[in-house]
Amino acid sequence: MMVDSEVVLDVEALRAEFPALQQQVRGFPLAYLDNAATTQKPRRVIEAVARYYERDNANVHRGVHALSVRATKLFDEARATVASFLGAARPEEIVFLRGCTEAINLLAHTLGSRLRPGDEIVLSQLEHHSNIVPWQMACERTGAKIRVVPIHDDGTLDLEAYRDLLGERTRIVSILHVSNALGTINPIREIAEAAHAVGATVIVDGAQSAPHLPIDVRALGADFYAFSGHKVYGPTGIGALYGRYELLEDLPPFQGGGDMIARVAFDGTTYAKPPARFEAGTPNISGAVGLAEAIRFVQEIGLERIGRWEETLTRMAHEALGEIPGLTIHGPREGKAGVVSFSLRGAHPHDIGTILDTQGVAIRAGHHCAQPLMARLGVPATARASFGLYNTPSEVQALARGLEEVRRVLGL
Amino acid sequence: MSDLRELYQEVILDHNHRPRNQGELPDANAVAEGHNPLCGDQLTLYLKVEDGKIADIRFQGCGCAISTASASIMTEAVKGKSVEEVREIFQRFHALVTGEAEGQEFFDEFDSLMALAGVKEFPVRVKCATLAWHTLQQALEGGGVASTE
Repeated sequence: MMVDSEVVLDVEALRAEFPALQQQVRGFPLAYLDNAATTQKPRRVIEAVARYYERDNANVHRGVHALSVRATKLFDEARATVASFLGAARPEEIVFLRGCTEAINLLAHTLGSRLRPGDEIVLSQLEHHSNIVPWQMACERTGAKIRVVPIHDDGTLDLEAYRDLLGERTRIVSILHVSNALGTINPIREIAEAAHAVGATVIVDGAQSAPHLPIDVRALGADFYAFSGHKVYGPTGIGALYGRYELLEDLPPFQGGGDMIARVAFDGTTYAKPPARFEAGTPNISGAVGLAEAIRFVQEIGLERIGRWEETLTRMAHEALGEIPGLTIHGPREGKAGVVSFSLRGAHPHDIGTILDTQGVAIRAGHHCAQPLMARLGVPATARASFGLYNTPSEVQALARGLEEVRRVLGL
Repeated sequence: MSDLRELYQEVILDHNHRPRNQGELPDANAVAEGHNPLCGDQLTLYLKVEDGKIADIRFQGCGCAISTASASIMTEAVKGKSVEEVREIFQRFHALVTGEAEGQEFFDEFDSLMALAGVKEFPVRVKCATLAWHTLQQALEGGGVASTE
């Protein structure tokens, strides 16, 4: 498993930029392998947020004073940075929100308000609860129905079944790009083409793809695409929704308040144009500033290189874990992004997580907010290691060693 | 590492591998379900309560080693006890696993309950150790669903 890490990334130099990675946990160097849950933050992101508060803090789109002008400029620049990151046609196609979950809730309320009884929303068996529950709530309000695209045993979508599900009642197809639980990369372009052919709107949950793959929303054919900043080395509480401008323009508002209006009177209010229409209240300005810095950080490294590096680590993990007796890796072997989800016979994922933690190895154990997927796989939960740009082959080794310790402690 | 040995000691592993009183209880007169939403663990508890005492008890479900062993040990500890005694044991057990009490003197008659004392060094696992007990409480209060959240 020897790899010259400089071939793809200078990982040691990159790691040095992450203060949280410089610590020991229970006497071991931290091996942070829970990046699908959230990523650590590089110093420049932390500093960008601090700098904003130290120097530029003011409310946006209001004041004529110097600080407000600077804060507004930073906020607008952040929007442009996100637009270029996603390949949007213009910055006005980017709505700043708390994250992917809020973005899907926004769509379930606005787009969802136009659903009629019998209309259909197509989701997949792989979805995170955040792309299931908002739609169930929309169905309760409107009488629409959810149809679920099944998966093959290897955790890839059954595209034939998907095509059969599409029909004249299909209004919305909302599907994740990369599975948080298995790492499966879904063929969004193909999915979008088929959906558009029946006149449906395509929503892509990009929470797990934005950190790992170069994104071009127009090439993907996404009408809407949502992601969370904290999974792309940015702050928590900030994310963005991309929407094709004419579609955003056609949507009713989500929340009401300041910033989302053109004119307010008690006999009626005129709403602002997108994106302001969907950004009621003072936005997360510092979050947007931090997110923009995080995006510049990953863009300087290059998403393609990051993806290749994580692919290398994933392959190594498959090799190392494949040698452990009783261990099963869920999901596809190829065509996946930075996630290794596994079960170890005789060991519950929670016990695996606790025992690995005592060796400084941080993984996720549980249902990954994808209980319908767990039911399909026939497991109550899995253990999941997920990689980021700063992980190393020696951390993969630490995981494998840790799993040997799990077997010893549990007497397997 | 000694904390880990303390947590996964022989008694726990034994109850995890060979849980006691596992299965359904056809003549149960109290049933409750327990969920740990955090990890998806779930457990169904069947009780036969007669004259204010737990005449029989069984459990079914899937969970981690700690929650399975704790459920198994609990069934042994409460069988034959009165409802009041069970409440008192739970209080003491809760204090033990949260580190609020040493509990040594309380549990002389239930060595196995003491085996779960190691949980106090792993605060996120306290819910695993108490899931069965919360479910038992729920069953005694008329059934339904208990949750650790």
